[in-house]
Amino acid sequence: MSGNMQDNKKSTGKTNPSASLSRLFLSFFKIGAFTFGGGWAMISIIEREIVDKYHWIEKDEFLDLLAIAQSLPGILAVNIATSVGDKLRGTKGSIVASLGTILPSFLIILAIAIFLTPDMIKSNRVISSIFMGIRPAVVALIIAPVITSAKAAKLTWKTVWIPLLVALLISIDAGFISNPILYIVLGGVGGWLLWWLPRRAASRKEK
Amino acid sequence: MNIYLKLIWAYIKIGIFGFGGGYAMLSLVEKSVVDPGWISEQMFTDIVAISQMTPGPIGINSATYIGYVAPGEVDPTLASPLFGILGSILATLAVTVPSFLLVIYSSHFIRRHQESGAIKAVFGGLRPVVVGLIASAAIMLMNAANFNPEGTDRQLWQSIAICVAAFCLVYFSFPFKGKKVKIHPIAVICLSGLAGYLLYGL
Repeated sequence: MSGNMQDNKKSTGKTNPSASLSRLFLSFFKIGAFTFGGGWAMISIIEREIVDKYHWIEKDEFLDLLAIAQSLPGILAVNIATSVGDKLRGTKGSIVASLGTILPSFLIILAIAIFLTPDMIKSNRVISSIFMGIRPAVVALIIAPVITSAKAAKLTWKTVWIPLLVALLISIDAGFISNPILYIVLGGVGGWLLWWLPRRAASRKEK
Repeated sequence: MNIYLKLIWAYIKIGIFGFGGGYAMLSLVEKSVVDPGWISEQMFTDIVAISQMTPGPIGINSATYIGYVAPGEVDPTLASPLFGILGSILATLAVTVPSFLLVIYSSHFIRRHQESGAIKAVFGGLRPVVVGLIASAAIMLMNAANFNPEGTDRQLWQSIAICVAAFCLVYFSFPFKGKKVKIHPIAVICLSGLAGYLLYGL
């Protein structure tokens, strides 16, 4: 009896992996429906829901899943939903959680797309005037993260040429060399080589 | 090739190579959907604005919207809601399925290489590239279609003024009741839309 009670105490104090599929879906649907601004804004809300409110996984484990989700390409919020769902309920859970995250924005954008057609934006005088004001502001919204990400990347005189060259070559629109995928691959492989080559040289010296 | 297959292929590529978050994905999305003529540059900018004002990640929002619009733009016989909805379902799934599979099947691999430092090294190399990717999206959107569709000096200067003012509002924090606050991008889009209406709509 006393052993049982101790077990119960442990499990309530720690995690509660008994998440039902419908609860999982609703949780991520809510996260998808109420977070504006995508990825990073979503993370704290996901953590609050998954770790603090339902105790489905522990904070350490959440940070571990987050690190993996960040290391993979694609949409961060969906990656987190997939890994949390997989952790709790296997493949079924991962499908349910990622559908829950996607569905709100899918439905909202679909409704907008059905009513706000390209023709309507062009021909309706009020709507077209509003968008003529919005478009230059959108450019400003993208310039701001250029500066914040440049600060976060801790660029030095040795590395500052990389973003400058990448931005220039992509935006001149010159076929193959303007393909962003090229620079994503080069950046990743380059970073790996800078790490791997010295290690290989060191291990050869040892031999 | 069928427009649906092209859409799926474009969004699979975006899903596989979309590192660094929504803004870093923009130039890849723009190249994939504006260059083939699925949507105009203006429309692309409008989608970015709509994505900012609605919940959810920009990658999903753009896939849903462009998937809906593209079939009709390419082939007028496909310009009906049903064909559009099919396109948005396919594009949205295409952008999410690759990373879904990677999360399920490569977590173990990632965990192992995280310990060795290899993953950190890859992202060390990606970080400066991501800055360039975001910058390229900003540069590509600084065009006549967005800043000067009417082709007048007056509009060009008004657009530049809106852009500079919007940048100051989102980038700097302002003192308010003793605290420093930042203005939310949604508020900035609403203000710029109001400016557009006052300048061009009356």
